Amino acid sequence: MTGTRKRRALALAVAVALALAAGAAMAAEGSKPPEQKWSFDGLFGTYDRAAAQRGFLVYNTVCAACHGLSLVAYRNLAGVGFKEEEIKAIAAAKEVPDGPNDQGEMFARPGRPADRFARPFANDNAARAANNGALPPDLSLITKARKGGADYLYALLTGYKEPPTGMTMMEGMQYNAYFPGNQIAMLPPLAEGGVEYADGTKATVQQMAHDVSTFLTWAAEPEMEERKRMGVKVLLFLIVLTAMLYAMKRQIWTDVH
Amino acid sequence: MAAKSYSNPIVKWIEYRLPIFSFLDHELNEYPTPKNLNYWWNFGSLAGIVLVIMILTGIVLAMSYTPHVDYAFESVERIMRDVNYGWLLRYIHMNGGSMFFIIVYIHLFRGMYYGSYKAPRELLWIIGVVILLAMMATAFMGYVLPWGQMSFWAATVITNLFSAVPLVGESIVTWLWGGFSVDNPTLNRFFSLHYLLPFVIFALVFVHLWALHVHKSNNPVGVDIKGPQDTIPFHPYYTIKDTFGLGVFMIFFMFFVFFAPNFFGEPDNYIKANPLVTPSHIVPEWYFLPYYAILRAITFDIWFVPAKLIGVVAMFGSILILLFLPWLDRSRVRSATFRPVYKQVFWVFVVDCFILGWVGANTPDAEFHGVKMLWIGQAATFYYFFHIVILIPLISVMETPKALPASISQAVTPGGKS
Repeated sequence: MTGTRKRRALALAVAVALALAAGAAMAAEGSKPPEQKWSFDGLFGTYDRAAAQRGFLVYNTVCAACHGLSLVAYRNLAGVGFKEEEIKAIAAAKEVPDGPNDQGEMFARPGRPADRFARPFANDNAARAANNGALPPDLSLITKARKGGADYLYALLTGYKEPPTGMTMMEGMQYNAYFPGNQIAMLPPLAEGGVEYADGTKATVQQMAHDVSTFLTWAAEPEMEERKRMGVKVLLFLIVLTAMLYAMKRQIWTDVH
Repeated sequence: MAAKSYSNPIVKWIEYRLPIFSFLDHELNEYPTPKNLNYWWNFGSLAGIVLVIMILTGIVLAMSYTPHVDYAFESVERIMRDVNYGWLLRYIHMNGGSMFFIIVYIHLFRGMYYGSYKAPRELLWIIGVVILLAMMATAFMGYVLPWGQMSFWAATVITNLFSAVPLVGESIVTWLWGGFSVDNPTLNRFFSLHYLLPFVIFALVFVHLWALHVHKSNNPVGVDIKGPQDTIPFHPYYTIKDTFGLGVFMIFFMFFVFFAPNFFGEPDNYIKANPLVTPSHIVPEWYFLPYYAILRAITFDIWFVPAKLIGVVAMFGSILILLFLPWLDRSRVRSATFRPVYKQVFWVFVVDCFILGWVGANTPDAEFHGVKMLWIGQAATFYYFFHIVILIPLISVMETPKALPASISQAVTPGGKS
């Protein structure tokens, strides 16, 4: 067997593996939300701390009224650059249920950094009762749990429109171009100037949608920066190692024939 | 096993009582291997390595996982967020499943192309098919453990297939579930079995290797080893070649782990299981898509046999039929290199498997340039069985193979000793 044939066989092996991967990708379907530019895109992407902190403000002021973030703890906010004192203040502003105390009674106390984000409703039924029967989903994993991730979230938040003529909407539903079925129970959550950014950024709907999408992507994948940093090192190491192994293989096989 | 003398007294002492050193030397070091194996022969050892990676990461993951319907989803997220390098372990394990199937499918197609299932390697092949079945059961149950929406609904759909069994079907399903729906008892037993089966696979791999080492590896020309001029010792030649292949594979594997960890997954599985909400369309993991297409291709009853039962039989049959491959193929020539007709239909078969996978990923009503997916799936399913049951035996009898080289050595080096 000649060298070129071996190389061709190897190339074919890689091609088959990639084709299999493409097959898995094809499993995805539905109209794609337009792609946005994100700070966390690509092999070296990181979370834009300022955007994520602004996004937290949007979540905290707007979304948190109905949507939980139950897998994230206040202490985790250090991951988007909040200082310890800021985190303590953010947590203390919330009431969290605790107990039972010595008297056997449940009580509410100010939040601590170790607490998970306070839930907006006591349970799903309470959430439905307050929302016209619809259940606002927990947002901890929202960008991983929807096709399109942050792009989808951005498109959804900015995608409210008048329903096309001839479309009858169910009672209390809003038209949204990117929501499956196009009828969503959530009222347009973002309005120009809905929050006041401390850094002076103008709070347009697009800006807020972008910021909160960045924040929620971080909430879903807080390990991403560490993962990508480690990945770059691992891949560089493997590429060098594999090149050396190939040289060794050539060396060892020279006397075979 | 040639008596080897060892100078180290401890080695000597052990060797006298348990000849493990000469065994390892015989099976891994001097083990004679055809000198012409190409890179397609890397996938066996790769599969073994991935199995070990899966077992190791799995054992550590199990230390932080809670198999309970109320906690499973959250415990996986704790692994992702709070356990040190938990995200790394979980992403390796999650993507490792896909890698395992990519490797094993290539390994299997390699065997089909080069006729590795033919005498005297029939049992070797059969053990391989059994390993594949055990892998599929393990992967299916592992997918249920994170208790996401797809976990729950895949478990519901797949276990429900057994209800197609006549008379006792419903009872079997209740027995599998440990109740009247997929619930906590189901999750518990799936966890137990998901932990058990990899060790069964490990044992089967040993039997697979045992059978392999009796008649040694097949090779790209498919001619038997005729003497020492045809072989080289496994070490260092194939140890270095396999290690190099491992390096290439790890680059591929680690790219997904670090940069696209959810590429092979379904977003719906990041939504906690909810028995009251059915996902808009339930799809299995990519490695099951071809079988899913076969299952759904059967939409018609035959006489009194309901379509569902035929579908289930066809689905399991698509793998079980491989057990008979050594006898369906009558050709004495192993390698497709010397079988001009078989070589071509082999690639048609490969394409057919990809088409089945693609159909499995789509809803049956979906259309491809006006052709319903269901029809494509039915045609592809028909071809799958037609290839194995009709074409392989027919071609093996009618085809005139090309002249075989006198020996491996002659095939590799023109003018070499035969």
